[in-house]
Amino acid sequence: MQRIGVFVCWCGSNIAGTVDVAAVADALKNEPGVVFSTDYQYMCSQAGQDLIVSSVKEYSLTGLVICSCSPRMHEVTFRKTAAAAGLNPYMVEIANIREQCSWVHKEMPIGTEKAIILGKAAVAKVNLNAPLTPGESPVTKRALVIGGGIAGIQTALDIADAGFPVDIVEKKPTIGGKMAQLDKTFPTLDCAACILTPKMVDVAQHENVRIFSYSEVTDVKGFIGNFDVTIKKNARYVNEDICTGCGDCVTKCPQKKVPNEFNLGMDNRSAIYIPFAQAVPKVATIDPAHCTMLKTGKCGVCSKVCKAKAIDYTQKDEYITEKYGAIVVATGFDPISMDKFDEFAYSQSPDVITSLEFERLTNAAGPTAGKLLRPSDGEHPQKIVFVQCVGSRCDSCSEKGKEYCSKICCMYTAKHAMLTRDKYPDTEVYVFYIDVRTPGKNFDEFYRRAVEEYGVHYIKGMVGKVTPEGKKLMVRASDLLDGKQLNIDADLVVLAAAIEPDKSARSLATMLTASMDTNDFFTEAHPKLRPVESPTAGVFLSGTCQGPKDIPETVSQAGAAAAKVIGLLAKDKLKGNPCVASSDELMCNGCSSCEKVCPYGAITYEDKEFRMPDRTTRIRRVASVNPAVCQGCGCCTVACPSGAMDLRGFMNEQIMAEVDAICK
Amino acid sequence: MQKITKEQLTEKAVSLLRDGTVTHVLGWSAGEFDYDITPAVFSDEASLRKSFVWNDFCGANFSKYLVSKTRGIEGKLLVFLKPCDTYSFNQLLTEHRFDREKVYAIGIPCEGMADIDKVKAICGDGISSVNCDGEKLLVQSIYEDAPISVSPSDVLAERCVNCKSKKHVAYDELMGEDGDVLDSARFDEVSRIEAMSPDERFLFWQNELSRCIRCNACRDACPACTCEVCVFNNPRSGVENKSPANNFEEQMFHIIRAFHVAGRCTDCGECSRVCPQNIPLHLLNRKFIKEMNECYGEYQAGETVGSKSPLTDYTLEDLEPGEVFDRGDINA
Repeated sequence: MQRIGVFVCWCGSNIAGTVDVAAVADALKNEPGVVFSTDYQYMCSQAGQDLIVSSVKEYSLTGLVICSCSPRMHEVTFRKTAAAAGLNPYMVEIANIREQCSWVHKEMPIGTEKAIILGKAAVAKVNLNAPLTPGESPVTKRALVIGGGIAGIQTALDIADAGFPVDIVEKKPTIGGKMAQLDKTFPTLDCAACILTPKMVDVAQHENVRIFSYSEVTDVKGFIGNFDVTIKKNARYVNEDICTGCGDCVTKCPQKKVPNEFNLGMDNRSAIYIPFAQAVPKVATIDPAHCTMLKTGKCGVCSKVCKAKAIDYTQKDEYITEKYGAIVVATGFDPISMDKFDEFAYSQSPDVITSLEFERLTNAAGPTAGKLLRPSDGEHPQKIVFVQCVGSRCDSCSEKGKEYCSKICCMYTAKHAMLTRDKYPDTEVYVFYIDVRTPGKNFDEFYRRAVEEYGVHYIKGMVGKVTPEGKKLMVRASDLLDGKQLNIDADLVVLAAAIEPDKSARSLATMLTASMDTNDFFTEAHPKLRPVESPTAGVFLSGTCQGPKDIPETVSQAGAAAAKVIGLLAKDKLKGNPCVASSDELMCNGCSSCEKVCPYGAITYEDKEFRMPDRTTRIRRVASVNPAVCQGCGCCTVACPSGAMDLRGFMNEQIMAEVDAICK
Repeated sequence: MQKITKEQLTEKAVSLLRDGTVTHVLGWSAGEFDYDITPAVFSDEASLRKSFVWNDFCGANFSKYLVSKTRGIEGKLLVFLKPCDTYSFNQLLTEHRFDREKVYAIGIPCEGMADIDKVKAICGDGISSVNCDGEKLLVQSIYEDAPISVSPSDVLAERCVNCKSKKHVAYDELMGEDGDVLDSARFDEVSRIEAMSPDERFLFWQNELSRCIRCNACRDACPACTCEVCVFNNPRSGVENKSPANNFEEQMFHIIRAFHVAGRCTDCGECSRVCPQNIPLHLLNRKFIKEMNECYGEYQAGETVGSKSPLTDYTLEDLEPGEVFDRGDINA
């Protein structure tokens, strides 16, 4: 019989505010096996932990129930406390009476009743706990970074500088991401290319970095320290190792009418293309959807002009499998589609553009070579209206946009407005905003300069409708401070479109078993204390895949993620999780149900000889679990038809005992 | 009326025994009554010729017998499989429940089996013999002088009325002609029950399941129930050999069993055939199959060897749990 101690934490007023902790401690005193029960203000503090250690000695406790916050928060803490008191760390059970009780209930009697029930379930489970000892698993000292934007590049560089090999997988033909498309960067106005392209070169030349461009991750298996990742290298129909990036093929390609995605479709590129002059790797890629040779078998011009003989029309997608110890997600963002915002006439007039399109229009390497010209007629716009929060901060019930603030729009709009006034002082610039949000270093000063020095008209209010009329765009808006309706005959309207996570993020999250929020941003393990780790061990987050961020924030988070990865890869071995599955061979049918559902490939089968009751022997196929590979997810235990498979620390019997205790 | 005859099957079995292809034959033999057919293993020609039976009452699915009957024999076991039996055959192979090398499987055509309860409904009790004149079943009752002639189509078992397939999905050799997968109306009854209000549905099942006498025949005949130790026999499961405290516990037995075979049930209908209380247990399994088909696309357990049931297979296109949960409202 266990001798169980129950420790009820107040968590200040977090728990004690809605749960009568003394009543909980008192009620649990009478549960089977409980010999000691008490409450304390902060159980996780030094004094609280000392109380646990001394009680273990005084009452010869063999098992502990801590009624406190979620085990995600402090299970590890209390396991260490148990170990310090001489108990096996797995003799501790947490009853979560904070997140699942005090925080969701308002009335003391209800909260108290539920806390007692949760405590009883934990006591029932501890009664059946057994000491467990973890095994060890080796760490593959190589990291994978998914996404080659500024976040991915910075993370890769930092890890590589620490001496560990890193692979970057980028789905586009070049790394660089969104930052490569930008013109200048706020608040210092240094040019994006000048600060990004050297980093792109650094990462490409780094001896510890491999770049898989035009590639994607298609499968992830394994676990922290031991991921097996399948990378699909899409056929670019050009031999990357031979191509010199001279661009002859691009010039000669007869198919020149392909919308150029790098310039957001504002000009055309050829079917064989290099996204931009500073692309890394600087190699050509054939777009199979538009290449005449690949579509009809007739053309072959690029192949003829290529001096390096790098063109290969027969190239196939290639799959590579590689082992990694850590995975960093840096999949970035995209501006949302403007399809649902018809009031701004985005689909009706080429002179209504998004801010990213504006970036390309003002970029020296863009479709207009940096001259701000109207897409419709190539004339200089005299009056520009910027609309903020298009699709950001929308009503939760609105189907159109996002509830969150996209965070970067206020600043880049200030930048756009300022730069326009700086270069073209004869241009009138209006910015319509809900609020201007500038909480960053030198941000507010930057915004005030736009208003005070550059004379940008900032108007609080939203644009209701944009109507194309002749060469003009009639902008109807309200000025909330003056209480007036405004009608502006603009030449160009720029929409600050909300940003959303890249579409590839969801399927990737599924592959990685990493969690996401309702907006498809990756979730952190803890929003404050573990902001660059995902709840899935060994998976880290870098950049806007986790939430809207500007470049300085992205780079600092990228460095933080790298630091976590380095910390992991520096270890030779990882202590495993002793809560692994095992099969009762006498009951196992060898049916393979468990093997089919095991996400880690931890289950194999062997033919084993069994002695039968009648003294004969029989050879039977039975499952065996590799404890070093098993991660204790428990899928097999529910798939097993006979109940032969069980999970240590979460035995079927323990779970049924908890259910019984709750239903009693 | 079966197209293939007892004589053809017997001759085939005899010749395979003679040439040493097989050492044992799994077949049918007469029981106490003509309609009470019992599976039997024959190992010599004489007993085959004497006792082998094939008629409209040979409904038993032999696939499950292979699990136990292939153990401890040298050489091969000949088994005759009707189309529906071949699905169970494949499913058991998928689950590695018997050694394929020890089996010689002959696919035989099936015109549907008779349900003795339907015969009794027409002819009354006291049936002393059932014979076949080539077209009709001739049912002799102890209360009648002359046999009553019954058309086989009038007494076809429910699972045969709604036959899902005349196609054999596994065999070493085929006798007669192979058929096609059929477009059966087997889910119509499930839809009818789905359309009931929750109260009506509860009453329906309570009425059906209250007749259960927990004889375990459904489990013992079910080709998906081949566990080394059944949970209902396992002391650690907490439900071992438990006598029911109330009839709700019987309902749980059948519901737990339906969950256990979900994704593996081929819808062979043995559970309902062997139920002495005529509980339509196959409807529970069909409900699972229908749900899976609707949630994850058509899946037929046992159609191929090694296929993964939707419940043990995960793809990125799978429904989100929330969407499955929301379906509950449809059936509420």
